[in-house]
Amino acid sequence: MMFKPGIWSGALLGAVLTAGVAVAAGPADYEIVDGGIPKALTAQPGNAENGREVAINRKLGNCLACHAVTKLSDQPYHGEIGPPLDGAATRWSEAELRLIVVNSKKVFEGTMMPGFHTTEGLNRVAEKFEGKTILSAQDVEDVVAFLMTLNEE
Amino acid sequence: MMFDVSIGKLGRWATAAVLLGGLAAQPALAGDMKTYPAPEGHPLSEIISGYEFRTPETQALQDDDFENPAFLWVDQGEELWNTADGTAGKACADCHGNASESMKMVGATFPKWDAKNNRPVNIELQINQCRTEQMGADAWKYESSEMIGMTSFVRTQSRGEPVNVDFSEGDMEAWKAKGKDLYYTRFGQLDLACSNCHEDNYGNQIRSDLLSQGQSNGFPTYRLKWQGVGTLHRRFKGCMDQVRAKPYKRGSDEFLALEVYLAYRGVGLPVEAPALRN
Repeated sequence: MMFKPGIWSGALLGAVLTAGVAVAAGPADYEIVDGGIPKALTAQPGNAENGREVAINRKLGNCLACHAVTKLSDQPYHGEIGPPLDGAATRWSEAELRLIVVNSKKVFEGTMMPGFHTTEGLNRVAEKFEGKTILSAQDVEDVVAFLMTLNEE
Repeated sequence: MMFDVSIGKLGRWATAAVLLGGLAAQPALAGDMKTYPAPEGHPLSEIISGYEFRTPETQALQDDDFENPAFLWVDQGEELWNTADGTAGKACADCHGNASESMKMVGATFPKWDAKNNRPVNIELQINQCRTEQMGADAWKYESSEMIGMTSFVRTQSRGEPVNVDFSEGDMEAWKAKGKDLYYTRFGQLDLACSNCHEDNYGNQIRSDLLSQGQSNGFPTYRLKWQGVGTLHRRFKGCMDQVRAKPYKRGSDEFLALEVYLAYRGVGLPVEAPALRN
């Protein structure tokens, strides 16, 4: 039999991986309008409960690394780098919050805050994360939904 | 090893509680932090050792040479200092004698310009030069326990001496400038530069960590996280991994340049090796 399993399985694996990356990892298309992204990145509406978990998770949003959030006071260690997020929904529209999460540099020039759904302008990204965004489009929608619940100063 | 950091944790809880009380985030610099005047041209007005950012328990461990676990490595280094190795049959001590005299200024003045090789050399690279060129011995791997032990032993001889690197020699200024470029370059998926944390936010909590100025005067350092002593370049790699960047190699020109620049940022701080950090 002429079948060479090594080559074939390698090629197949490559195809599967490439397909996976193309679907899941790269940033979704979006349009910036008046300092925000008015249109949701996904068809599925954001879920604030999931968004809360993404915000806490150190490998995902890790919002608490830099921001304090009273609503998350059951979690230890809130950062002091950025402003507290309490009342974020009263200061920003949903569209603005979406852009801040996707790529805060479009809103605050030179900010330390990473862009959570962009690969723009990155430098020497580790292979494991190359071409990938920190948060998926759905994660972004969920976090935005959670931020929209922060309506008390 | 078990280290009691409970009071430190309480302190951080208190910090979080204050924040949650609605106060604006402010550097939590305690009034009793020991500061030193920054060298000329430095972006900050005062420089502070990483020691000052640690809990009293961690500081106490560093302060006691019998408790400080880093001395296991220093002791190993001392043993190697007196042990012949290589085809020349020589030990460090055969040429350099008593390290407490011959090495007294080394830890404070390295990295240093190496005219012969037309580049700076740090303690680790100098040790390997001695081994391969003078002793006829094999170079040690950068992060080997022998290298860490010897570097720790050598730098410990300079404890208390102010960092005093000479940037006027050779092309040291150019290497320093290259290191400065790296310091302000944002890296990785998290897109962060050294300066984002260690210049703009020292004294602030980043989740459970209190950010320091990222000074190098305590290296090689025992890190509780590592459960061992590591080199400065290992720390650089750790930072790059954390921001999800492709790290440079330990001993690379990039990390050496960054080491030269960090030495400048810490000119005047006393050498603290072997320090103890989180």
